[in-house]
Amino acid sequence: MNRLFKVQSVIPKPTGWSSIRNFHSTSPSFMFEKILVANRGEIACRVMETCKKMGIKTVAIHSDVDRNAKHVSMADEAICVGPAPTSESYLNIDAIIEAIKMTGAQAVHPGYGFLSENSRFVKELENIGVTFIGPGSYAMHALGDKIESKRIAKEAGVSVVPGFIGEVDGMDHVLKIANEIGYPVMVKASAGGGGKGMRVCRNDEDVKIGFRLSKQEAKSSFGDDRMLIEKYIEHGRHIEIQVLSDGETALYFPERDCSIQRRNQKVIEEAPSPFMNEETRVKMGEEAAALCRAVGYKSAGTVEFLVDHDKSFYFLEMNTRLQVEHPITEEITKQDLVEHMIRIAYGEKLKIKQSDLKIHGWAMESRVYAEDPYRNFLPSIGRVKKYIRPSGPGIRIDGGIFEGAEISTYYDPLISKLITFGENRKNVITKMKRALDEYYIKGVNHNVAFLRDVMENKDFVDGNVTTDFIPKEYPEGFQGYKFSPKQIEQLSICAVFLRFVEQHKNLTNSANTSRTSSISPDILYIAKVENVRHSVHFYPLENEGETEESSKFMVQFIDQDKDGEVLKEFEVNLVDATPQFIKLNIGGISHRFQIHDKSATAFTLQFHGSKIPVTVLTPEEDLLTQYMPVKKTVDSSNSLISPMPGTILSLAVNVGDKVVLGQELCIVEAMKMQNVLRAPKDCEIKSINVKPGQVVSVDEVLIDFK
Amino acid sequence: MLGRRLLNKNTIQLLNKNSNGVLSQGIKSFSTAKTAPPAKEPFKAVKYESTIDRVMGRIQEETERAQLGGGLKRIDVQHGKGKLLARERLDLLLDDGSFREYDMLVTHRCTDFNVEKTPGDGVVTGHGTINGKLVFVFSQDSTVNGGSLSEAHAEKICKIMDKAMLVGAPVIGLNDSGGARIQEGIASLAGYAEVFQRNVMASGVIPQISVIMGPCAGGAVYSPAITDYVFMVKDTSYLFVTGPEVVKSVTNQEISQEGLGGAKIHTTKSGVAHLAFDNDIEALKKVREFVTLLPSNPNQPAIREPFDSPSREDVVLDQIIPDDPNKPYDMKEVIERIVDEGEFFEIQPDFAKNIIVGYARMEGRTVGFVANQPKELAGCLDIDASVKAARFVRFCDCFNIPIVTLIDVPGFLPGTNQEHNGIIRHGAKLLYAYAEATVPKISIITRKAYGGAYDVMSSKHLRGDTNYSWPTGQIAVMGSKGAVEIIFRGKGDIKEQEQIYNDKFANPLPAARRGFIDDIIPPRMSRQYICEDLEILKNKKLSNPTKKHGNIVL
Repeated sequence: MNRLFKVQSVIPKPTGWSSIRNFHSTSPSFMFEKILVANRGEIACRVMETCKKMGIKTVAIHSDVDRNAKHVSMADEAICVGPAPTSESYLNIDAIIEAIKMTGAQAVHPGYGFLSENSRFVKELENIGVTFIGPGSYAMHALGDKIESKRIAKEAGVSVVPGFIGEVDGMDHVLKIANEIGYPVMVKASAGGGGKGMRVCRNDEDVKIGFRLSKQEAKSSFGDDRMLIEKYIEHGRHIEIQVLSDGETALYFPERDCSIQRRNQKVIEEAPSPFMNEETRVKMGEEAAALCRAVGYKSAGTVEFLVDHDKSFYFLEMNTRLQVEHPITEEITKQDLVEHMIRIAYGEKLKIKQSDLKIHGWAMESRVYAEDPYRNFLPSIGRVKKYIRPSGPGIRIDGGIFEGAEISTYYDPLISKLITFGENRKNVITKMKRALDEYYIKGVNHNVAFLRDVMENKDFVDGNVTTDFIPKEYPEGFQGYKFSPKQIEQLSICAVFLRFVEQHKNLTNSANTSRTSSISPDILYIAKVENVRHSVHFYPLENEGETEESSKFMVQFIDQDKDGEVLKEFEVNLVDATPQFIKLNIGGISHRFQIHDKSATAFTLQFHGSKIPVTVLTPEEDLLTQYMPVKKTVDSSNSLISPMPGTILSLAVNVGDKVVLGQELCIVEAMKMQNVLRAPKDCEIKSINVKPGQVVSVDEVLIDFK
Repeated sequence: MLGRRLLNKNTIQLLNKNSNGVLSQGIKSFSTAKTAPPAKEPFKAVKYESTIDRVMGRIQEETERAQLGGGLKRIDVQHGKGKLLARERLDLLLDDGSFREYDMLVTHRCTDFNVEKTPGDGVVTGHGTINGKLVFVFSQDSTVNGGSLSEAHAEKICKIMDKAMLVGAPVIGLNDSGGARIQEGIASLAGYAEVFQRNVMASGVIPQISVIMGPCAGGAVYSPAITDYVFMVKDTSYLFVTGPEVVKSVTNQEISQEGLGGAKIHTTKSGVAHLAFDNDIEALKKVREFVTLLPSNPNQPAIREPFDSPSREDVVLDQIIPDDPNKPYDMKEVIERIVDEGEFFEIQPDFAKNIIVGYARMEGRTVGFVANQPKELAGCLDIDASVKAARFVRFCDCFNIPIVTLIDVPGFLPGTNQEHNGIIRHGAKLLYAYAEATVPKISIITRKAYGGAYDVMSSKHLRGDTNYSWPTGQIAVMGSKGAVEIIFRGKGDIKEQEQIYNDKFANPLPAARRGFIDDIIPPRMSRQYICEDLEILKNKKLSNPTKKHGNIVL
């Protein structure tokens, strides 16, 4: 038995990106010698992987809080470009230009976000003769601008979303246009991306608030607050085409389906789309390629479409950069997009043809964020105290953090991108479930529970997903995984097993004078999960002919009211155990549980992605629990509590104001997202405990009501 | 049914279901360690009644009365307060069926005021095992005369304490008593003193643990006060010398029992109690865990089989110290990353948070950890921290528990408050405790070790066995800012002077060159180093000069 619980050093093995094979990296007679990666986090690491593979030296830039970050340790050289706020570091063009000069980098890969679509940066680079790995400033300017790109697309014969082609400003103008197009409409920043600076509006009221907030976000995130407005197509699918163009040849890749979004930010993506047929695929691809040719595009890019239920599609925008979700395209086409980008930027011509871009199997990406799915996906910050990544064939992880990393309010809360790939969609979903079950994250809240829940959603499994999937399937927000009675039994077994192990360990103490040196051979425990209780009788089974101690157990669920009648019986086998995981074979099927917390009476387990406390008591303890006082809970209904850590941006009320349910009280900015906090009921403001600019922590009381 | 719990009607019913149900299913008995005496069949009347039958009948009757305690009505009141009965508590505390009761039939000898006479006299005493480990226990029954302490009640407690000392096993007291039995007058006070004397004699011989599970007021508080560990139950337990009424009449100050001596006050402000728990069940389960960690006496090391590799490396430790010397980090995480399975039993987590003390296992061996916490007061030593750590170090030394000290201390906390309240006197306690201790002493300097605080914290000069530093260690008289002001008196370029000073002292090299630290170790290998040293030092023999006893700075 002891052998089974002993643990050797648990150093996570690096996995993931290495699974992409070497493509035409055999022949670099001439190539860049040093590339500066003007980004952080997973995408910086991703780009450096390819640089390493191609024998190119890498330079990382970082803010002062990032000096121990993963991308810094991966690079050959690292230069600090400023303090934590992105506007002073990762967006600090002057400092980055300085870094390029200092290190002698010949090219810059911008990743996504930050300066990836900033034409001023591209111009600055051109001035000093450094190559920007991306499209030229003309294509970037023309396509990166949502208004301009719509115009160009229309001219190139691409079908576009109905709307107003042009910038809107002034509330009257905005309202007029919105009413002309007809609700619902989408207001979005012309320079936007990543779900920032855009909002869906369903009436005039929404437009008034949404327009103001989006504009502010656009200003702080992109430094460009021009806005546009267009028809919001509901129940559509978000499908996009990866393109690759060397200025002459423009190739299109099989599509990516990114319909699962929340707050207009993608959460789960897959390639190909379960909705597409070959005909539409070719038609979309050709239009995307045509758009590239129209602007003489020279790099990798993505053309986004909204696809209606009748497979008619509308051009949304073109992203002139590497996308977050590019790995799924790489996995089904066996191409390294970063390598292609670098080669095109160096001036090479594409060596692949359209016919090389066949679909091999299926791939899916889940974005693992530090956020609280139970609290409307609000960002979570903190120190990642334990971090164990899944691994295995068909699993790729593009991540930018390691254990001990700090997730701060300054940057995107993306922990990693978990990609699984295989022969078909079913197989890929199964792998994704397993990978999520093996993903152990402690210290910050994360959305694994939510992702895992989606993997079991019927519509998702059937491939019936549209962009309103999350609001439709989770109208009240994510409430946590609903454990079936069978799963509750499995949780009970696991917790009882853990209790048994603990007991066993304690009995090995040297002062054990008891005449029996080990645990009594069988035990009865009461396991409680939520409101379900089970009486679990547990005893080890003899192992035949083996010298090692037994790892086989018999578990019986018994009915205490009926003279201990055995209701169910399982043979349980311990497969594997570490301090974080336990894998039990229950009645022939293996289940993996994560162990997250332990109190005097309960274990908090993570099962099917969701954490749940399981109380294990002896029958005596269980009997006496009825006398224990009920814990008092603090009444929080009479105050406004900060749902996340962040900064108070503005206060919309004063002390003594009478407010009505849903009225805006204040705005908290966290991770560049502005969150409006509203009155939970009709009431009067008694006191305001914060002022604009103040940094607040989660659960801090901001406003008291009378 | 000797030694069986006492329950009200409801629970008796449930219990019967239980024992008739599960236990009689042909399944093996739930514990082979059952040592309870065989159940006595109720006496059945026959025509002929012998003397022995009559005696048996009386024994039966008195036993039943003892088990019933204060009667069903008071039992319901006790349960209604969210508290368990004396026997129920022992049932949860001890291994199933291991409890052997003494003096069940003892009664008080008071003849005044018609004091109710119940066999057992308000306290249940005896011995039992916790995870197979022998312990002596007493559990006061507040349903019997309010759990008040009579002469006989005190004698029962003294009896198990004497026996515990004789055999070298811990004593656990479950306190739930209204105080002295006033009707007995001086006899009751004498009883207290007898207990106090034994608490003092047992100190350092066997571990003594008090769990306060109800009121404990007046003179009664001094018995727990002398014991090594005091645990409390939130909302149902109080400790104070004089109650709210007396406080009001003397000082005219209105205060609740909770506000005066509740679990929160004693675990955060006064430092009287070491831990507080949500309810009786949690408290008793945690006591089980705690007792399993402790040695039973100084000659028996606490060790269990190891379940974690001694050579486990933790790369996160290499990065855990922030670059900015003024930025805090969580020292508790450092401890959890070093110890077996990350399990750390912290003592007084909410009092003097600037120092962490507690127990963990290293390769199965129980080890005491003392560590500065940079997250609180920058890890400075102040009065409370010094006293907290000093008492912990002395307990470890008493019972031969090795001490591992993790150091990140910028010095003693400055200020009139500290000076006027005697930081000199109290800080000296920690110095005394470390200097006097003869157990294996291992220390790691993780960052700052400045000034007198460096000397105090288990330094080489206080007979530290192995002293390590991480590469981030800075062993100096003070930080660069203050030092530069003194050395250069504000003349010249302060930045440059600080740089010179930092290059010279803000690293572990000067101490390493003098041998004041034995080695500069990679943080990730800390566990390995400590485990090896503990193995080497397990037979360490060191004794202080023979003396009656030292005179610690009280």
